[in-house]
Amino acid sequence: MYKIVSRKALRPTLTMIEVEAPLVARKAKPGQFIILRVDENSERIPLTVSHCDLEKGTVKVIFQVVGATTVKLNHVMEGEYIQDFVGPLGNATETEGIRKVCIVGGGVGCAIALPVAEEFHRLGAEVTSIAGFRSKDLVILEDEFRACSDKLYIMTDDGSYGREGNVTVPLREILASGEKFDMIIVTGPLVMMKFTVLTAKEFNAPITASMAPIMIDGTGMCGGCRVILHRDGKDVTAFACVDGPDFNGYEIDFDNAITRSRMYNDYERHAYEETCNLFKNA
Amino acid sequence: MDPKKHEMPSQAPEIRAHNFKEVALGYTAEIAVEEAKRCLNCKNQPCVDACPVNISIPEFITHIKTGDFEAAYEVITRTSSLPAVCGRVCPQETQCESRCTMGIKFEPVGIGRLERFVADWHNENIKEAAHKPERNGHRVAIVGSGPSGLTCAGDLAKKGYDVSVFEALHKAGGVLVYGIPEFRLPKAIVAKEIDGLKDLGVDFQTNVVIGKTLTIDELFEMGYEAVFIGSGAGLPNFMRIPGESLKGVYSANEFLTRSNLMKAYEDDPTTPIMKGGNVAVVGGGNVAMDAARTALRLGADNVYIVYRRSMEELPARAEEVEHAMEEGIQFKILNNPVEIIPFENPDDKKDPRNGGVKAIKCIRMELGEPDEKGRRSPVPVEGSEFEIPVDTVVIAIGTSPNPLIKKTTEGLEVNKKGGIVVDEDGLTSRTAIYAGGDAVTGAATVISAMGAGKTAAAAIDKYLS
Ligand SMILES: Cc1cc2nc3c(=O)[nH]c(=O)nc-3n(C[C@H](O)[C@H](O)[C@H](O)COP(=O)(O)OP(=O)(O)OC[C@H]3O[C@@H](n4cnc5c(N)ncnc54)[C@H](O)[C@@H]3O)c2cc1C
Ligand code: FES
Repeated sequence: MYKIVSRKALRPTLTMIEVEAPLVARKAKPGQFIILRVDENSERIPLTVSHCDLEKGTVKVIFQVVGATTVKLNHVMEGEYIQDFVGPLGNATETEGIRKVCIVGGGVGCAIALPVAEEFHRLGAEVTSIAGFRSKDLVILEDEFRACSDKLYIMTDDGSYGREGNVTVPLREILASGEKFDMIIVTGPLVMMKFTVLTAKEFNAPITASMAPIMIDGTGMCGGCRVILHRDGKDVTAFACVDGPDFNGYEIDFDNAITRSRMYNDYERHAYEETCNLFKNA
Repeated sequence: MDPKKHEMPSQAPEIRAHNFKEVALGYTAEIAVEEAKRCLNCKNQPCVDACPVNISIPEFITHIKTGDFEAAYEVITRTSSLPAVCGRVCPQETQCESRCTMGIKFEPVGIGRLERFVADWHNENIKEAAHKPERNGHRVAIVGSGPSGLTCAGDLAKKGYDVSVFEALHKAGGVLVYGIPEFRLPKAIVAKEIDGLKDLGVDFQTNVVIGKTLTIDELFEMGYEAVFIGSGAGLPNFMRIPGESLKGVYSANEFLTRSNLMKAYEDDPTTPIMKGGNVAVVGGGNVAMDAARTALRLGADNVYIVYRRSMEELPARAEEVEHAMEEGIQFKILNNPVEIIPFENPDDKKDPRNGGVKAIKCIRMELGEPDEKGRRSPVPVEGSEFEIPVDTVVIAIGTSPNPLIKKTTEGLEVNKKGGIVVDEDGLTSRTAIYAGGDAVTGAATVISAMGAGKTAAAAIDKYLS
């Protein structure tokens, strides 16, 4: 069992929890994730590590309350325990040789992008961050991004905060102005990542996308997390949990990833409603 | 003398096809004694040589004849652990029973069924007092809690070692809990074995991925003096044909893990799985049979086994193939899948079925000329492609050892197929690191994994004392 030492609601449907897991805290690097189960009868869900405290032996993760499992997780209070917490899984984001980086985050993906931006900042790289949200009330982690970015662009789809438009707007402007990055790293919804990659491609700019497909074990055992990569004219199957989660954006078959991500949509909607009702009645 | 084995009492096919309870119910004491009497107790004991761990088979059967079932149990456990598991899942027809003298003219003695009877009888009737052996102060770490790891842990704990088992998943048992379904191997049997080990003082640490959470070298730093790697062969192989990543296409590992470990077979599961419709399972081994029969129990209308060779070459246990046929699984043999065809609704881009499976396209195969070994390998019949309409495809064409531990353990040698290289004691290319089971051989059997765990435990004991 793993203790929740602290929790904080970042927004009504976005929560950060700090979990006691000293072995994971010792090892986790930005870009890696953990898998947790809330109780004996819950799914295994992957969440990106957002911060580790070596002294306290704790790991922070941020989750959006979207499905049955995260609703349950949102009801675990400080001082209470969750059943399982395993990690760190996946590969850390590649930082070697990258002196100038552009971090692009979409929505809740910003929570995943932030620790990567912070790591580059800590390593002394020049960090440009572009964070996009649907509207003002969904903006998160602005101060944190500001603290680790040399330049920060906040975008909202409806223009209610920052600039109006999606993340590809400033990215295209920056790249068109002739600025070059050693790497662009994008994290967010699949459709947003797809279009960010297309924008980067217009300028031949190198880009990595962080994939978060459906997972079970996270160790390469089930293959459920597979991502199709187009490499040297061939389709290659990669497992996001062990080969990723970061992949060369040019190679990813986003359309396939989008279809696969919808595999259990109906089921999940149903489970979500059931669980919400459960907590309402309690 | 009865020319046939005593039949195994079983749930009727039409009933069991709709539940996850165990299919075979086990011999009663009366049947067991009668079956034991069929054993000729021959002098040269060919069955013993054909058993991967050389159980003294005629000796334990002799005890059954006289009704001394506990004595029979003691004979088995002299050389084997996990008899309740092996009695259920060993491919007896290619091992002990294949060499039974009775089998020359008649059906061989039902050795597996007798083994299972003895183990179940013991589990039901003998309450072992948990005696923790005197500790010897040495610490050993085991990676993986499948049959190889459990056996190695048990043997060392009985000798007084402090043993910790590190398991990546949230539950111990390896393939026995995430792969082999309840209707063939009830989880309670595996749980009992694990509880027995806990009583012996074995410490289980689940949710630890060796190579990620901790490395093998860190285990040594933590004070473990030897390490046994029993990490299995869990990496699923795919066919590399078009359509393999459509929604509705699973590896057998994913399909079975969702059903078994994540309990998707229960009425109101938290983990989803495709249910109903038509299902094609590609492959012919135990894994394929398990996936097919699981799909049937989850409510599929038609379940097909698609296998490229002939019926005689199906690598699955004979009994599982028989059971599958009785339950109505349809065998499409001598067929090789070439493509999985997507469902596309051109009129409605938002149709949730888009990107799912519409059919599996296969090509017929025929057996070619025999090669040097006399084996006739299948060759495609040109122009014979055809489609089977299905909604779900499960790929069960094999697994390979996971490269994670190799990548994070310097100096650990593996072969071309990723199997860890070991000597006859199970010692790897690194001092004090031993390995066994599927991690060494690639996907094999429970009994060989168990045997490898035993060999390594003996070698570790010798090395540390
Ligand atoms: C569906 C199915 C049906 C089968 N049916 C039969 C049958 O009828 N008869 C038969 O004899 N055999 C059968 N087999 C094969 C048999 O189960 C295996 O040969 C046997 O379980 C191998 O045992 P093992 O101890 O080597 O590994 P496994 O049972 O594979 O256990 C390995 C364990 O190690 C863990 N692990 C892996 N990597 C790490 C890591 N880095 N850190 C920590 N833990 C790790 C895994 O999670 C797993 O729990 C079947 C296999 C499957 C999949
Ligand atoms: S999550 Fe199972 S292989 Fe990646």
